Amino acid sequence: MDQLLNDFSPGLFFMQMIILIVLIVLLAKFAWKPILSSLDEREEGIQNALDEAERARKEMQNLQADNDRLLKEARAERDAMMKEAREIKDKIIADAKEEASQEASKMIENAKATIKQEQQAAIAELKKNVAELSIGIAQTVVKKELASQEDQLKLVEGMLQDVTLN
Amino acid sequence: MHGNLETINSIFSKGMMIAKKSIKCLAVLAIVFSSFNVFAGGGGTSEKGGQINTPEDIKGYIKHHLADSHDFTLYSYTNDAGERKHVGFPLPVIVWTSKGLKTFMSSKFHHNDDGHVVVDADGVKLAKIHSKIYELDADAEHVSFDETHHATNAHRVMDFSITKSVFGMLIAGLLLFLGFTSLAKGYKKGAIPTGVGRVLEPLVLYVRDEIARPNIGEKKYKKFMPYLLTVFFFIWILNLLGLTPIGFNVTGQIAVTMCLALFTAVIYLTNGSKDFWAHTLWMPGVPVILRPVLAVIELVGFVLIKPFSLLVRLFANITAGHFVVMSLIALMIVLKKDFGAVASTGMSVVLATFIMVIEILVAFLQAFIFTMLSALFIGMAVEEHDHDHAHNEDGTGYEDTTFI
Repeated sequence: MDQLLNDFSPGLFFMQMIILIVLIVLLAKFAWKPILSSLDEREEGIQNALDEAERARKEMQNLQADNDRLLKEARAERDAMMKEAREIKDKIIADAKEEASQEASKMIENAKATIKQEQQAAIAELKKNVAELSIGIAQTVVKKELASQEDQLKLVEGMLQDVTLN
Repeated sequence: MHGNLETINSIFSKGMMIAKKSIKCLAVLAIVFSSFNVFAGGGGTSEKGGQINTPEDIKGYIKHHLADSHDFTLYSYTNDAGERKHVGFPLPVIVWTSKGLKTFMSSKFHHNDDGHVVVDADGVKLAKIHSKIYELDADAEHVSFDETHHATNAHRVMDFSITKSVFGMLIAGLLLFLGFTSLAKGYKKGAIPTGVGRVLEPLVLYVRDEIARPNIGEKKYKKFMPYLLTVFFFIWILNLLGLTPIGFNVTGQIAVTMCLALFTAVIYLTNGSKDFWAHTLWMPGVPVILRPVLAVIELVGFVLIKPFSLLVRLFANITAGHFVVMSLIALMIVLKKDFGAVASTGMSVVLATFIMVIEILVAFLQAFIFTMLSALFIGMAVEEHDHDHAHNEDGTGYEDTTFI
């Protein structure tokens, strides 16, 4: 300890103090401050770049997801449209068919009615003709037959029998 | 064709620049070496022609090396005429005597270190005894010693000389300044440093991320970075300079390590937070009777023991390193009689090389430990506790008082 104290040089201590203070001040001003701020800046830059990259990646992902979603939506829309078109087509065909059949049945009905009318007209014509014919025949027959009483009765009787049959 | 010409041109100019630089370096070296003088000196060992053969001589030589010196001697030899020659250069002596400030070159002492050469500096008689400058009493002509080899008619003066240690510190400071300002300038050119900066930057980052941040904390570490960085590189460079054959022993000077430790102490004592002082002087959570006792223990710990441990650790490690390396080199001489020249030299070289490698590690380690502990103590002082039990749980609080 005595040796240590004897070795201690106050002058050296003083010089060291001066040198150290000067060194700290000089280095702080010209070296440490610029170095540390540059390092901080650089680290911040790196961090920012990393963040940016991460964000871009996420954006990309979002975009991709969006694209996928859009594609899916488009596909679904297309499917829906196709389905609708098919349905419309089917409906149109069905409608047309129905209309056609209705038209047809209507025409048949008309035809039937016309036929019936024609028939009745024909029957009426026929009846009229038959009546005229019968009257004519009757005239002739009467003219011819009415010579005898018996024949007349016979004829009436016969005619009456026919009439009831008719 | 034009591009080729340009590249050739740029290569040529680069080559010129390098050549210019190396010419500059050579010129500086030449100036430095041409200023080395060869002194003739009457050293204490001159009666044996300067040879160091006995264990006592070796011990003296090592002691001389470990002490500070007033001139810069690279090596000494004895010429054919039996004169002791020293190769090196003198350093300025600046002393505060009873008659004011006196300055002269150390060559005036003629390498004498036992007080036999008395220098008369404007009426003040000065002698150098074991690397310390003494002022003789007014009526004395020669230094007289008592039986324990203490000067009886002289007293020590305040010595502000540019000693070898101061010179070493100046060199280290210059290296630090040049290296780190070049790194700082490098950042203006681009975010990635080139050249020396590429080596220095990881070291700065190391101090910041491994020493300052974990010990002081994210919020407050910035304020202490200049001190920690300066001290780390200063100690490291001086430790490494001490391992070169130039033979500095700056961090092995107790005045130097004491100054460094004192700086740390002043910094953490002046930056102590309210919590720190509250915990140091009136520890919460312990019985009131114990609090004054704890306050005394804590105060002594922070004001005396921690700085003392800092200064002694660095001083002792570096001194021991130098001592061991020099002793192992001296084995060559000591063991020559018993083992022969070849065996003793081989053993000495192998062991000294081995220890030297360890010393390179120690040079870094001690710089690291000093900075680390400084950061730790600063961290303890600036720490702010959220609640009273924080220091019991996080383990970085007062348990660390044992780690001094």
